[in-house]
Amino acid sequence: MTTAAPKPPAPTPALTGFDRPLLDGMLAGSSLPDWAVGLRRDAVDRLAALSLPGRGEENWMRTDLRMFQPRAWVAAAERTAPAAGAIPAGLLESATQGAAAVAGTGAFGGRIAALDGHVVRDELDPALAAQGIVFGAPERILAEHGERFRSRWFSAVDSSADWFAAMHAAFHRAGAVLWVPAGVRLTAPLHVLSAITPGGLDTSHVLVVLEEGAEATVLTETVGGGDAGSDGGLHCGATEIVVGRNASLRMVNLQNWSRGVWHFARQRATVDAGGRLQWTLAALGSRLSQVQQDVALVGRGADAQVNGVMFTEGRQQLVYNTLQHHMAPGCHSDLLYKGALQDRSRLVWRGMIKVDKAAQKTDGYQRNDTLMLSREARSDSIPGLEIEADDVRCTHGATSGRVDEEQIFYARARGLTADEAARLVVAGFFQQVFDRITIPPVREALSAAIGGRIRRVS
Amino acid sequence: MKQQPDHHPDQLVIRGLHVAVEGQEILKGVDLTIGRGEIHALMGPNGSGKSTLGYAIMGHPSYEVTAGTIELVAADGTRRDLLAMEPDERARAGVFLAFQRPMAIPGVRLADFLRHAVTNVRNPERKEGQELMPMKEFRSELKAKMSELSIDSDFARRYVNEGFSGGEMKRAEILQLAMLQPRFAILDETDSGLDADAVRLASQSIARIGGAGGDAASGADAMGILIITHHEQLLEHNVPHRTHVMLGGRIVESGGAELAAELHKRGYERIRAAYPDAAAAERAMEESTRNTEAAGV
Repeated sequence: MTTAAPKPPAPTPALTGFDRPLLDGMLAGSSLPDWAVGLRRDAVDRLAALSLPGRGEENWMRTDLRMFQPRAWVAAAERTAPAAGAIPAGLLESATQGAAAVAGTGAFGGRIAALDGHVVRDELDPALAAQGIVFGAPERILAEHGERFRSRWFSAVDSSADWFAAMHAAFHRAGAVLWVPAGVRLTAPLHVLSAITPGGLDTSHVLVVLEEGAEATVLTETVGGGDAGSDGGLHCGATEIVVGRNASLRMVNLQNWSRGVWHFARQRATVDAGGRLQWTLAALGSRLSQVQQDVALVGRGADAQVNGVMFTEGRQQLVYNTLQHHMAPGCHSDLLYKGALQDRSRLVWRGMIKVDKAAQKTDGYQRNDTLMLSREARSDSIPGLEIEADDVRCTHGATSGRVDEEQIFYARARGLTADEAARLVVAGFFQQVFDRITIPPVREALSAAIGGRIRRVS
Repeated sequence: MKQQPDHHPDQLVIRGLHVAVEGQEILKGVDLTIGRGEIHALMGPNGSGKSTLGYAIMGHPSYEVTAGTIELVAADGTRRDLLAMEPDERARAGVFLAFQRPMAIPGVRLADFLRHAVTNVRNPERKEGQELMPMKEFRSELKAKMSELSIDSDFARRYVNEGFSGGEMKRAEILQLAMLQPRFAILDETDSGLDADAVRLASQSIARIGGAGGDAASGADAMGILIITHHEQLLEHNVPHRTHVMLGGRIVESGGAELAAELHKRGYERIRAAYPDAAAAERAMEESTRNTEAAGV
């Protein structure tokens, strides 16, 4: 004990500033149904008893929270809605590369945008609304259709899991609710943008519900914030996905924050019998990310494909905990995370395939490949299996490599510059996961965004 | 390095070239001049330095030129110093190396790779980020070249050299040679790993591309070609104007096509006997390599 380095003082709950008075101020004048307000008040009470996750906790042991000060973001929570003229035009339009790319090939069926937690755009094609599709900012949707979502709201994600989960449950703002009625096939993608200004706070909550046989494509993007310190930003968000029987959802989450933003996200999908989920996470930004991505296969024959595309640089630190939970028989899950690391960045993936006793004939796969573009970067891949059924096929794999100098020379001998060669090799590394993303504009936008970041390989 | 797109070299001129790899001297003074339209065969036992010469001309970072010059010389006498250029600048100046062991680049389609290469080589002034050659134009040219070389059309969609057989790799190199139309090409054992029919096809293809063989169908300006080979077959349609024998890091003898035939038939005993100094250097290099390997380096 005597030689231990002084531990940073764990912030006591009272000091984080995310407390009941702050919540009451935020809820003043809200038209949320009572049950939704009740959930928030319960959450703020739980929050009062929680401190930040410590390194002793398995999911957090590779996440460095020493510089994270919750109190610094209280003022951001109190920021009022920006005046229309104050919205940086570029933030909502050009910064969204994926959106721009999609817009180039066909219009969105609906778009929601929030800046610093305040909804600034909330649109749905009237033809889609006429089909019974519900899509909009949560505050409006819960006020209009509250009862429909009462049983779904915060049903998939655990709002007591840790400080961030409880903080989100109490203080969430904006995000999106999508509900697609049984049998309705939505072909136009829907877009949800969460933007912040430097020093801003985003606590968006996304709930997607596809009823039996429904189909949809949803793109969420996070952009903005500042590059360092108090000018950075904080995202503390959650995503809940419910894929009904024989329904099919393509979900893409592009995290493209500025480099000073803290990103904490808890995401969970349930897929019912015969349902299909293709879920792609792409991460380019943030200072530190801690993401919990869970997929639960709850009905016979459910199928989930999970794709991860990560590019880190500078001193970025991205931590992913994934769970493929097979709860029903005959389900298939296939996770492929690919990350390229530049500079002194760090990428952690810890994946688990969990197979319940009832989930016979499970086919589960997980794989993590990393490509190191510098000698100072570091990646950790920690696959895990927890299997209680006896008739299953579960496999995992992980590779880590560097760009081969001989590959670069070969390409240069054919006239490509060193930078072009490096970009091509990295693009090739991601090709396998891009091939799985069945939304070409997303693939192209990601490819271009990553290509723009690669510097000479050291 | 300032680009000189209007520089049309007539000769690749190598003078007194010494090259070391990891501090060990491999080439010990090589002189060689290759003119446009000429075919030179470079033969010699394994380890004599033939591949090293190819890498040094192309600018591999592990091959250190400790003395000598490599220059492109135009008809009007203007010179470009190849050694001052990066490997990609050399490619854009019109130099090509067909690798003995080409590298795989997983996830990168041969067509995409070639489109980058062709764009750069044809527009030496191109800045990064500028448009690539138009897709339609590129595709139709690629298709035509592939059909000329009897290469399957799905070949271009495969990832560069990934999972290629030895023969497929060599054909991919020849395809790249055909698309890039360099002024000077070094073909490093482009026949190794091929069966007799494949070598004959490669030989015909090279002759056609180079414009120096039986049918100069391509209509392109003839290339200067340095063919590194152990076999005579590749030379069937590419009869060398000059044959050079490398031993112990030096070109010890040069002759005509008959020299290639002799070496193929009789091996290198006469050469070793005639050039005892070079033969001693060869033995010393072998010894040193063995010691290095034994030391586990």
